[in-house]
Amino acid sequence: MKYTLQINGQAHDVDVSGDTPLLWVLRDSLGLVGTKFGCGIGQCGACTIHLDGQPTRACLTPVAAVGRMNVTTIEGLAASDGRLHPVQQVWCDLDVPQCGYCQAGQIMSAVALLRSKPTPNDQEIDDAMAGNLCRCATYYRIRAAIKQASAPAVSNGGRS
Amino acid sequence: MNGEPQPHTVDRRRFLQWSLLTAGGLMLGFVPRVGADSTGEVKRPSPDQRPGDFEPNAFIRIAPNGRITLFSARPEIGQGIKTSLPMIIAEELGADWRDVDVVSAPLDPVYGEQGAGGSTSTPHAWLPLRQVGATARVMLVSAAAQEWAVPPSECRTNASTVVHRPTGKTLSFASLVSAAALLPIPAPADVPLKDPREFTLLGSRIAGVDNPQIVTGKPLFGIDRQLPGLVHAMYVKAPVFGSRVVRANTDVLKALPGVRDAFIINQTIGGLTGLVPGVAIVADSTWSAWSARNHLQVEWESNPHAQDNWSGFVSAAKNAEASGKPHVVRNDGDVDAACAAAAKVVTAEYSYPFISHANLEPQNCTVTVRGDSAEIWAPIQDPHKGRTVAARVLGIFPERIVFHITRSGGGFGRRLDADYVAEAAAIAQKVGTPVKLTWTRTDDLQHDHYRPGGFHFLRGAVDREGKLVAWRGHQVWFGDGGMSLDAFPARFVPHCRMEMTKLDNGVPMGPWRAPGACVFGFVIGSFLDELAHAAGRDPLGFALDVLGDRDMVPGTGGREAYNAGRMRQVIHTVAQMASWGRPLPRGQGLGLGFYFSHQGYVAEIAQVAVSKTGELAIEDVWAAVDVGSPIVNLSGAENQVQGAITDGLSASWLQELDIQGGAIVQSNFHEYPLLRMPQAPRRIQIEFIQSAHPPTGLGEPALPPLAAAVANGVFAATGTRIRRLPFARTDLRWS
Repeated sequence: MKYTLQINGQAHDVDVSGDTPLLWVLRDSLGLVGTKFGCGIGQCGACTIHLDGQPTRACLTPVAAVGRMNVTTIEGLAASDGRLHPVQQVWCDLDVPQCGYCQAGQIMSAVALLRSKPTPNDQEIDDAMAGNLCRCATYYRIRAAIKQASAPAVSNGGRS
Repeated sequence: MNGEPQPHTVDRRRFLQWSLLTAGGLMLGFVPRVGADSTGEVKRPSPDQRPGDFEPNAFIRIAPNGRITLFSARPEIGQGIKTSLPMIIAEELGADWRDVDVVSAPLDPVYGEQGAGGSTSTPHAWLPLRQVGATARVMLVSAAAQEWAVPPSECRTNASTVVHRPTGKTLSFASLVSAAALLPIPAPADVPLKDPREFTLLGSRIAGVDNPQIVTGKPLFGIDRQLPGLVHAMYVKAPVFGSRVVRANTDVLKALPGVRDAFIINQTIGGLTGLVPGVAIVADSTWSAWSARNHLQVEWESNPHAQDNWSGFVSAAKNAEASGKPHVVRNDGDVDAACAAAAKVVTAEYSYPFISHANLEPQNCTVTVRGDSAEIWAPIQDPHKGRTVAARVLGIFPERIVFHITRSGGGFGRRLDADYVAEAAAIAQKVGTPVKLTWTRTDDLQHDHYRPGGFHFLRGAVDREGKLVAWRGHQVWFGDGGMSLDAFPARFVPHCRMEMTKLDNGVPMGPWRAPGACVFGFVIGSFLDELAHAAGRDPLGFALDVLGDRDMVPGTGGREAYNAGRMRQVIHTVAQMASWGRPLPRGQGLGLGFYFSHQGYVAEIAQVAVSKTGELAIEDVWAAVDVGSPIVNLSGAENQVQGAITDGLSASWLQELDIQGGAIVQSNFHEYPLLRMPQAPRRIQIEFIQSAHPPTGLGEPALPPLAAAVANGVFAATGTRIRRLPFARTDLRWS
């Protein structure tokens, strides 16, 4: 089946079976490998993308269900001039990653959280991030990074 | 590594000079493999000779524009060495870190050891990499001194410049590149090293060099490898480990949409942790290959381990204790007589299950075979083994394989094996086009090389003064080796007997972050706490008492010594950090854990809260860590300790695999939970004791103390003693 997907502001044509998860369309068909495979059953959050701004597990999203929704992946978060999204920047500033494999999904979840709750409290951070596993267990720094990104001056400058 | 420039071809003269460094007793790695791989001629995948550069050795290239490229030779698996090891070179060089680009090097004999495991990268690379940087510094200083006609001794380097101390004149590295490149390369042993008091970069906080690529989703990991004409493979193995394929419906699979090929591999190499039989499915996409698997019908040969169950192992362990004939590995004094004369004797059984590494990036490997040569990309901790195994599978010389070490989405010891490399090589050879093998999560969880479970039967005794006088431990487990006969408190207690029983099983096993120590720390630290309470003593004071007043306690028969002075210091420090001894309401408690492993001395205190309904929360963890000095990268070091503490909590609180019918029962994270953010400690405070010892590694030593700290905290909070991992198996309700 042929599909036209709106990904990071650009239209992409793909020809795949309709049950193919969006994750594998991104990775194998389009070469957008920033979105990661971790479990395939929506348990780890490594494949988190935004569908019309909502954090979504790409491994559980058949390509046929995407329709005209806007897909945002980790590759589409920074500004077109390469300037990092404030959440990406604070991830670098606080040196959050260890292996780094889960961090694209963590960042996509954090961006969605801060958009809906610009100054989340500890409980709200924990709740919003509970679906994203970090095998290296960098949770301590992820929490700190979200706190720092949620400072009013920073969150006002956020996009996406 | 996509798009990164490749290191230069190293000419023969330079290679021989470099070989002197590695052959002169200054091996870069823990296993000297330089000679075995060397053909006497170094070949690079895509040489990009730039004659204008200054390249005094394989690790450093300075371009005429002043950019400094440092080559990272060892695998980055999340332990931070792609940042910290080049920092060592940059410090001795006198480079401004902002001028530095770090590039991953492929596997190449010129780099010596390129494995990463056992927290050995830092201690083994420390001196050689200082010499690497200092060599270049000496040459740049010589070039500047010649230009100024002054003695080199009057010059130093700072911020990518050479400074003439008496006059303050400076010359940038960039301006010295062409002159320095013409100078003879000094012998590494002859170059003066910096006085550590002059270090400016080491000990600072440097963010990971790959962070900008990680947060923007650039292709860094093995699973991200893309190539023209790439096809995708999966490999289905028997649930009962190592069983051969009798027959499979490969003709049906080949007719499925997107499937290119399907075939049986019954070749085996390297036992259960090497290439084992299976069915390969090759398709246009990962999803097509995985979907085809749903139609696979395969008959596996019968396997003698098909009756193995975890519950059977539990019974076998109890029988081994009740009526077995354990192998006595240590017998000091007379434990039985000491127990008979003691004021208090405590007996206890401890156990822990098999667990998985669960690297979040599942095992994968990309291989291109061209006749008698090949190119391989793999997330791997031991690329030497990867190449050797691939060469055996392909029947070609290892030197004919270009091996790219990609960033790994987690290591934890799993990627010291190369089974997935062997599988990808076998499939690629049959298919004839570039192949990427990607395991599913279920493949990964059910075909790991597991941390073995185990059982410990313990007896200990204290005298009337509350001193530990006897310790007897019987370890029943599956792996080779087992607890060292010097495991604490052996050597610190007058009557000590250690016994061992090994059970047979058919499960592949391998090193899991801080092998052995990751569970022995729980068993030993918890039982010491039990004995302290039996003696009516404060557990921290009891532990210090056991450690005694000697500093260096030699190992038995040349084994590793134990520096009790360093351990006492981290315990004293952590006690102060946590305000040990302060009263807490029932339901809250402080627990101590301490352990020496991988050359690091670490003590941790956990403050836990247990609700009346039995819910556990970890409020605070304090850690005092002595891994020598300097701390190479403070940000990376703290990240490792924070991660090890939280990973240790995840493993000891939640993780457990069941074995039934010789196979692993759990299939994915819904059945094998890892710790999530709400369960992570609220606060972690870390103090490094910068003792006057050379720096050692931090991937592992902060993990082993954590489980005992939490379990002992739970006892302090509620009076419930946890003797089994995971903690979640113990009912913690109280009233």
